[in-house]
Amino acid sequence: MNDVTKATGTQLVKRGLAEMLKGGVIMDVVDPAQARIAEDAGASAVMALERVPADIRRDGGVARMSDPEMIEGIKEAVTIPVMAKARIGHFAEAQILQSLGVDYVDESEVLTPADEAHHIDKWAFTVPFVCGATNLGEALRRISEGACMIRSKGEAGTGNIVEAVRHLRSIIGDIRKVTQADEAELFDWAKRLQSPLPLVQEVAETGELPVPMFCAGGIATPADASLVMQLGAQAVFVGSGIFKSDDPAPRARAIVEATTNFADPAMLSKVSRGLGDAMPGLELGSLETRLADRGW
Amino acid sequence: MKVGVLALQGAFARHAQVLVALGAAPVEVRCPVDLADVDAMVLPGGESTTMSMLLDSSGLRQPVADRLAKGMPTFGTCAGMILLATRLADGRYDQRSFGAIDLDVRRNGYGRQIDSFEKDLVVAGLDETFHGVFIRAPVVDRVGDDVEVLATVDEAPVLCLQGTVMVSSFHPEMSGDTRIHARFLDLAFDH
Repeated sequence: MNDVTKATGTQLVKRGLAEMLKGGVIMDVVDPAQARIAEDAGASAVMALERVPADIRRDGGVARMSDPEMIEGIKEAVTIPVMAKARIGHFAEAQILQSLGVDYVDESEVLTPADEAHHIDKWAFTVPFVCGATNLGEALRRISEGACMIRSKGEAGTGNIVEAVRHLRSIIGDIRKVTQADEAELFDWAKRLQSPLPLVQEVAETGELPVPMFCAGGIATPADASLVMQLGAQAVFVGSGIFKSDDPAPRARAIVEATTNFADPAMLSKVSRGLGDAMPGLELGSLETRLADRGW
Repeated sequence: MKVGVLALQGAFARHAQVLVALGAAPVEVRCPVDLADVDAMVLPGGESTTMSMLLDSSGLRQPVADRLAKGMPTFGTCAGMILLATRLADGRYDQRSFGAIDLDVRRNGYGRQIDSFEKDLVVAGLDETFHGVFIRAPVVDRVGDDVEVLATVDEAPVLCLQGTVMVSSFHPEMSGDTRIHARFLDLAFDH
């Protein structure tokens, strides 16, 4: 596109796609067949990856970007946006994903980090990025690096919502506190959050993150989706929770309906019926690796 | 004026903010009872496949179609334009539209997200250009005789009006400029 009157890859356009995904469910899929099930069920986007987090956790070893051929197969299978994951700091993987034409890159702690100090310089890309965060400081650092969507990390692949709740409450609780701070206190907040002052000032003024905030990590039921939406998430990512459950298609659809009707318990009780077993869950104390600890 | 904003999925909150700024009263619409006393409606951007599924599961499809048939003023942006069009190309085999404005549209007609763009638009009836934000936007392939084209990009219509139905392939709720929503509210008031 050489038309100089058209500007691509701007913050507005990148954050704009995140706006369009609000109120929706982004589902992890490992092949075109799963991608079609997800789209049929009303997913607002799919995340293309080779193994869902529960399998990555079980298999161990180094988890990397997916095979481009597999990502292209999923792109061709659906009409909704396709996201894919790059390792933290692995800008070469992100460059490949951008050249494949994926709609969003997830610089994800679910994959094995490639850089122990630096995240990707996301300003250098046309494709938008989503990054995980466990607290407000981490969220603002990712935004300062150019992330256009934040997802609370939770603990992927566990089917256990407790970490997602901890991270959401931490981010939203600190946002509330920052809005109560006076001008002088904001300098101290920036120092404590290890985040750029202008972003802290923006949060204080608007009462929200500068980019949309979604929730990920441990969502396995319609009630989980409702819980995190009521806590303030603007959309949900479901990783292992759908395709590691007994009967993925109806569960996927139920989670989509629950995300739309998150504040309507009668509707939630209707969509939660007869879904079969959710994915097997894991106690956090039993984990060898905490994925959420990855990222700096 | 009560303006229903279809709140099944997508950028409905942004539309509600613009409507409040213009003095209208937005009502989030998720089920048929929410439609009862709205005077006009906005179908926001988001994923049209998701909204289409939820229009069926919520029981909203028929009541919305009935209100459209009775001439309820309606504004559809991006996915909302897709839902209001007559025919849809490159959609899903099972996707249905309301056929409230005589247009054929093609989903993601401008390409993928990396092709999403911003551009200043000349809009009929506005003195100054309007900043258009196009996100995985649909392209209009055919325009019916009764449709008035209010703005174009590369000769393709991006803002259209037929009777009480207005549609845009871009996102006026994203540019911090209320003029297009104001125009829709004028249309609804006159109705």
